[in-house]
Amino acid sequence: MGLEEKAGDLGFVTTTLETVVNWGRTNAMWPLTFGLACCAIEMMGAQSSNYDLSRFGMEINRPSPRQADLLIVSGRLSRKMAPVVRRLYDQMSDPKWVIAMGDCASCGGVYNNYAIVQGVDEIVPVDVYVAGCPPRPEALIDGIMRLHAKVMQEKIGGKAHTHEEQIVVEHKDTGLIQVT
Amino acid sequence: MDNQTVLVQIQAAFPATITEIDERHGDLKLRISRESLLAVMQWLRDHAELQYTFLESVTGVDYLGRDPRFEVVYHLFSFRHFHRLCLKVGAPEADPVVPSLTGLFPTANWQEREAYDLLGIEFSDHPALQRILMPDDWIGHPLRKDVPLGYEEVAFTFNQDRIYAHKPFAKE
Repeated sequence: MGLEEKAGDLGFVTTTLETVVNWGRTNAMWPLTFGLACCAIEMMGAQSSNYDLSRFGMEINRPSPRQADLLIVSGRLSRKMAPVVRRLYDQMSDPKWVIAMGDCASCGGVYNNYAIVQGVDEIVPVDVYVAGCPPRPEALIDGIMRLHAKVMQEKIGGKAHTHEEQIVVEHKDTGLIQVT
Repeated sequence: MDNQTVLVQIQAAFPATITEIDERHGDLKLRISRESLLAVMQWLRDHAELQYTFLESVTGVDYLGRDPRFEVVYHLFSFRHFHRLCLKVGAPEADPVVPSLTGLFPTANWQEREAYDLLGIEFSDHPALQRILMPDDWIGHPLRKDVPLGYEEVAFTFNQDRIYAHKPFAKE
């Protein structure tokens, strides 16, 4: 209907299998219903009507880790909670991705003490770090968009990016450095 | 009921136990000896007139460099008279043991476990003196004043390579 009227008679479209698979993964990437601290409030804000994460096919939070693709670690992770998070991550089915949301999840933040894990990358492999305390919903959505761009580059049979290939972005207005 | 009435009654019943009396902002604080803690507590709870039936809080304190180093602070409350009483018991560093109040007040159970977990004050005759906040395999007592405050060296651009070299990153 709409597409044919705009583009004329396409006949058929050619693409690669990787593109189609990654397109499907990015546009139905369901996050796990999982909040740890105040960042979770911003995550809920990103999903509600003002910021409307469902534009990107992410309006459904799955309460079960077995149905989720994305783990957003939103908030500071205490050492006693760390085995639970690792267990949730292990229960998620492949392919799965992790976003460390906020300063506490990225590096411990202001909680440089005995009770808090100094960065969730000690517990689970992180794909995107979102800076901020807490990050605004725009920042989280930006992090998710960067994750989508990363997923679109994935090859079948393994993730394209590794920890050695990092993208460093400095936000012009805030001066914050974001490493993905 | 005022503080003086309570103080006179306690002094009459236990003449030698109170080592320090402090009254500030209308609150009565008494330092008593470790050995008499259980007897005083039971007397205050079961007294027909005073009726301190509610143990509000059990708190551990670490005064590093002072003798005794540790202190356990109890707040008692009397619903009958709407009156609060604070009792303190010291425990030296070499022998940080205080009798447990779980036999008198069941609410003391978890609060004493917290003081044990974070400060290492032991409570004799406690039914299950285990860690309550920290993981079971944790070594040490993190709220002691001789434990370092910061946990890990902060990574900046100039030193992150050195820190990340030995940081335990997770595998997939």
